[in-house]
Amino acid sequence: MISLQCPIPISEYPVVTLAHGGGGRLSQMLIERMFVAAFANPALATLHDGAILELNGARLAFSTDSFTVSPLFFPGGDIGSLAVHGTVNDLAMCGARPLALSAGFILEEGLPMEDLWRIVLSMQRAAAEVGVPIVTGDTKVVERGKGDGLFINTSGLGIIPPGVHIAPQRATPGDVILINGAIAEHGIAVMSRREGLAFETELVSDSAPLAGLVARLLEVGGDHVHVLRDPTRGGVASVLNEIAAQAHVGMHLDEERIPVADAVRGACEILGLDPLYVANEGKCIAIVAPEAADHVLEAMRAHPQGAQATRIGEVVGEHPGKVFMRSRIGGICVVDMLSGEQLPRIC
Amino acid sequence: MRFVDEYRREADAQRLVQAIERLVTRPWTIMEVCGGQTHNLIKFGIDRLLPPSVTLVHGPGCPVCVTSLELIDKAIFIAQQPGVIFTSFGDMLRVPGSSSDLLSARARGADVRMVYSPLDALALAQKYPDREVVFFAVGFETTAPGNAMAVWQARQLGLRNFSILCAHVLVPPAMRAILASSDNRVQSFLAAGHVCTVMGTREYEPIAEQYRVPIVATGFEPLDLLQGLYMALRALEEGRWDVEIQYTRSVTRDGNVAAQQLMHQVFEVCDRQWRGIGLIPASGYRLRSSWAEFDAEQRFDLSTVSAQESSICIAGQILQGLKKPPQCPAFGTQCTPEHPLGAPMVSSEGACAAYYQYSQHA
Repeated sequence: MISLQCPIPISEYPVVTLAHGGGGRLSQMLIERMFVAAFANPALATLHDGAILELNGARLAFSTDSFTVSPLFFPGGDIGSLAVHGTVNDLAMCGARPLALSAGFILEEGLPMEDLWRIVLSMQRAAAEVGVPIVTGDTKVVERGKGDGLFINTSGLGIIPPGVHIAPQRATPGDVILINGAIAEHGIAVMSRREGLAFETELVSDSAPLAGLVARLLEVGGDHVHVLRDPTRGGVASVLNEIAAQAHVGMHLDEERIPVADAVRGACEILGLDPLYVANEGKCIAIVAPEAADHVLEAMRAHPQGAQATRIGEVVGEHPGKVFMRSRIGGICVVDMLSGEQLPRIC
Repeated sequence: MRFVDEYRREADAQRLVQAIERLVTRPWTIMEVCGGQTHNLIKFGIDRLLPPSVTLVHGPGCPVCVTSLELIDKAIFIAQQPGVIFTSFGDMLRVPGSSSDLLSARARGADVRMVYSPLDALALAQKYPDREVVFFAVGFETTAPGNAMAVWQARQLGLRNFSILCAHVLVPPAMRAILASSDNRVQSFLAAGHVCTVMGTREYEPIAEQYRVPIVATGFEPLDLLQGLYMALRALEEGRWDVEIQYTRSVTRDGNVAAQQLMHQVFEVCDRQWRGIGLIPASGYRLRSSWAEFDAEQRFDLSTVSAQESSICIAGQILQGLKKPPQCPAFGTQCTPEHPLGAPMVSSEGACAAYYQYSQHA
């Protein structure tokens, strides 16, 4: 039974703020109290990167994502490649092999045709690289000033191989937490371009398709691979908090083991940002049973998308729903979820 | 990474922790003045590495937290005026005023922009000559030289559409207010490294002498903090009360004299209202009358703005080191980073937010 009253208290948030899209606690509140409550159904309730639908014994993964990035072109990618990678990766995180994508364009009057063509070609290349066709689409144009150049929505359909069961609820005490490389590169690359921050080394987004890596990791790990998640908005910290809450488990991280490139660390130190909360677009967290962890890690490292793969922590039975981290100097702190986006510090 | 890793080595941290354990013979209470120090003490778990007889209390050095409600309300009011581009550092945007914050004002249509430097705001004023660009000049002595420079450059450039809403606060008067309080527990201070980089340490010498408290100008990295604590504890144990510098790679006794001269040219000392604490005499900067054309309080009619503080929030006691965040009845329940009642729950430098984010709560 749905109440007619708005579930987000009016006194707190009479209008939508940017923090509602930041991937932190306010985004989560909006999704759970408004969308999940209103659309309630079992496939949605798993709150995974995509829904899993059964059809004549086959399991299909279905996912959608909208892309609003400024600037449209950034070091390491553009909104087009990002839109393909984003949905391909959401399908991969369900353990699925992508079958087909759709593309919806909302174009702003005045967008240079040349820019649109570059973006379309970039989508074509990204889709060809994964071997997934873009099979349907839609175009709308809005008045000048009513869109940020263009917005893209992509949806995707994938098929989950037999014997693969990926779900956040499967994280189990004793499981090992792996990541396929250095974090925070996409968020810092986009921010440095958007804000005109110049650093000595150019920071490049990690935007990349993860379907190949995931296929390889599932071949090696099979049912021992319990959870896959791409830490996009909100970063590694937000994703691990979500999983910890959904599986009622705790997590221990080791700061020393979390890979961050020096240039990214430097930028984060200057801006007062914590790389654990910064977005990634080519990273995959894999939570794997301990007996398979070494093999899976080896397979990740042998793949071009996982050369820097490493073990960053483990799932524990204590303090369910909380993520703890051992800091570089040996102290212990809680890694909580942020409410909205991180804001650079004053001094 | 150079200049970071060498200040975060575990073996060195353990050595300092052990040295502190050997040194301490009785309970001591030390206040770290700056919010950046609070953040790192909690983030790196340093508070949990120290012997239980050492109590850290968190000082008022978070500019976001102490900026008065009235000034936040004025900022929101100005941001909502037609033709205004209101610019601010990122972490001021979510600080709650009486009934709103700057991000919510933006969501309702105000042109509020985050900048990384007051000079970015100046560039906006040049780019949009038909708009009024206002910069929210918050912070301690650390940000004052940059803000003074922005105003100075605005005059050089002949800009007529640039002003600052001046909310500057000063550290030494706040330390005096804490020490003069009848409930004071603080026996020593870690002074704020970057404030001292600008101002030097001379102005702390009379405070140390009058109240017999050792003061150590301390940096922000884990090893800086541990070494600063070690130096403060050693002085306490030896019965000394002098001013020492831990952060020698940045702080000198005289500070940055060129910056001080510019600040003196543009700003004058004034009484200032501190959020949660109240009025502290001679504890802030305002623009000198010769710079009034750049003062947003002169350019806008702010007579209708009045401020109303939450009655539950104990921010004032937290900022004076009298209570810790978990002792507040609203902490983690009515007051969270999503719905902050007081400013210390907002900024990453705020003591309540640091506790909420990095230590165990609920």
